[in-house]
Amino acid sequence: MHNKNKMPCSFRSTFTASALALALSASMSSLALAAEPVKVGLLLPYTGTFAALGEATTNGMKLAIEQQGGNLGGRPVEYVVVDSEANPGKAVPNMQKLIAGSQVDVVVGPVHSGVGMGAVKVARETGVPLIIPNAGFNAATGPLCASNIFRTSFTSWQTAYPMGQVAADKGYKNIVTVAWRYGFGTESVEGFKEGFEQAGGTVSKEIYVPFPDVEFQSQLTEIAALKPDAVFVFFAGGGAAKFVQDYAAAGLQGKIPLLGSGFLTEGTLQAQGAAATGVLTTLHYADSLDTPQNNKFRADYRQKFGKEADIYAVQGYDSGLLLAQSLTKVSGNTQDRAAWNAAMADARIDSPRGAWSFSKAHNPVQNVYLREVRDGANVVVSTAATALADPARGCKL
Amino acid sequence: MEVSTILIQTMNGLQYGLLLFLIASGLTLIFGIMHIINLAHGALYMVGAYLVYWLTGLVGDLFLAILIGVPLAALLGVLIERFLIQALYRRDHLDQVLMTFGLIMVIDSLRSIIWGNDVHSVAIPELLSGSIQLTETLDYPVYRLFISAVCAVIALAMYLVLQRTRLGMLIRGGSSNREMVQCLGIDIRLIYTLVFAAGAALTAFAGMIAAPVSSVYPGMGNQILIIAFVVVVIGGLGSIRGAFLGALLVGLTATWGAVLVPQYAGMAVYVLMAVVLLFKPRGLFA
Repeated sequence: MHNKNKMPCSFRSTFTASALALALSASMSSLALAAEPVKVGLLLPYTGTFAALGEATTNGMKLAIEQQGGNLGGRPVEYVVVDSEANPGKAVPNMQKLIAGSQVDVVVGPVHSGVGMGAVKVARETGVPLIIPNAGFNAATGPLCASNIFRTSFTSWQTAYPMGQVAADKGYKNIVTVAWRYGFGTESVEGFKEGFEQAGGTVSKEIYVPFPDVEFQSQLTEIAALKPDAVFVFFAGGGAAKFVQDYAAAGLQGKIPLLGSGFLTEGTLQAQGAAATGVLTTLHYADSLDTPQNNKFRADYRQKFGKEADIYAVQGYDSGLLLAQSLTKVSGNTQDRAAWNAAMADARIDSPRGAWSFSKAHNPVQNVYLREVRDGANVVVSTAATALADPARGCKL
Repeated sequence: MEVSTILIQTMNGLQYGLLLFLIASGLTLIFGIMHIINLAHGALYMVGAYLVYWLTGLVGDLFLAILIGVPLAALLGVLIERFLIQALYRRDHLDQVLMTFGLIMVIDSLRSIIWGNDVHSVAIPELLSGSIQLTETLDYPVYRLFISAVCAVIALAMYLVLQRTRLGMLIRGGSSNREMVQCLGIDIRLIYTLVFAAGAALTAFAGMIAAPVSSVYPGMGNQILIIAFVVVVIGGLGSIRGAFLGALLVGLTATWGAVLVPQYAGMAVYVLMAVVLLFKPRGLFA
């Protein structure tokens, strides 16, 4: 009896209270939206072989956002940092940590294409916007492209295809390629081969080295025996430093011209020294690019971080510009993902590498420069390809 | 294939094998005598390379840098053995693996803090910077031949020390019967410290002497560690002679694998290991 009497009363009061709370929170949330920070998740390598790349990317991005007033679409920024360790095995859990755990609004990352595979998978499943500041595997803006996946860097194809035409113009007919046998290596060689064969050349032999082996003597002996017109290679980091040095030590420098994707001489020139002189590479950026945007960017970066900017800093910077520009356009509203994605797709980035915009598949349509190593610097010789778009094979956007 | 190419490729293989021996010998020494699985061996190789990069910058000469660097590496070995490894002699191999794996991370982080994450190179000394012309297009750097000669000399010296000296006798005795050596009034702990320091110094020395041709970069020790383990397993755990033969076999297999079956070059040395273990489950000289 007693209980029966009390029930409706307590029910009513609970109901009123929760209705009140609901009304309150609804009005609060629209207010809070302006003040609440945009959560930017960073999935980048801060330890291991690629640590320097993760650091440069982060620096570049923070510099861009700071220069845009330090906020995104009127909201402050909160960074949630996860060390990817460039470990593909941890890509999916790390993405889930950011998205489900920290509830980030957007993920910027990764550097490594293997990690990129996992990151793209999670981004496609959850719909959280993903901005890739480096990982150049063709698939991210090819068969795996999506309305919420954007890349501010390059595809492997873009950095190698223009070299085909360059090599043909130099009069080379017969070329041997050497690369690490992994995604980036084989995609670069395929891109080069496509360009070179379209221009009438022949790739007489494709030599692959197990990744990440750095013992090249037997391959160099083979090249010396084959005597091609030129050699196209893909190596990066320590492998690139070593290959170029070994190539010179084997007496091949100056006898058989060495061509490569630009990563052969990025961040490795100091280690390569005189052995790199005369190496020709194609890339979507060069430190020595003499434009007002690049000069200003490099000066600002040097002043803030006390070191020279590199390609990874540029790509981070552009990712920051993309965030700032798109969120200004949607007034900081990260809830309406369709509108935000559309704003990103329409972005036009005034980058240190030259202005670029997105292709349909969300990869930059950009210039690719031909660079030659002279006196320990990548000197821009010419623009190898103007406003080059990746063919985005398999993308249905 | 021309005869000259065959000879040059064989030389490439032997030269790679000799360098592998230098790295693997320290690993097999430490395992054979102390029964410690030292996963941080590759990290010490990297430390050697960075030490010589740093010291060459300071003193200006590679050989002087190596002369200063090797005792430093040995000292590091003494410190690691005294303060970390000694606690593990009575524990099983899993604990040792965990400890030395942790050591890889600690050493790598310290390397990042002290020397940064950039790729560096060390100049080849003027005296050895020349090269010999082998064919019309191919030169062979004198420094690579020098490395091979040094590795061969060290291999011979190790053999003589272990087989012909009193210290070598104690070390061999300690490996087969620890208690008996102790009963004879010999301080086995001192011998263990010496052996670990020697192992660390050997691999660091390998990193130093190879630095001018290998470049100096983060993670350089990890890949060399795996191949060093393959050498040790093929040769038989703890056998210096086995490590020598195993290193040459691995060097030749890797080189000729890359020439003859390039698609499977990455597998070649592991196939070799599998075949050896099939017929000699404990390695060639265990």
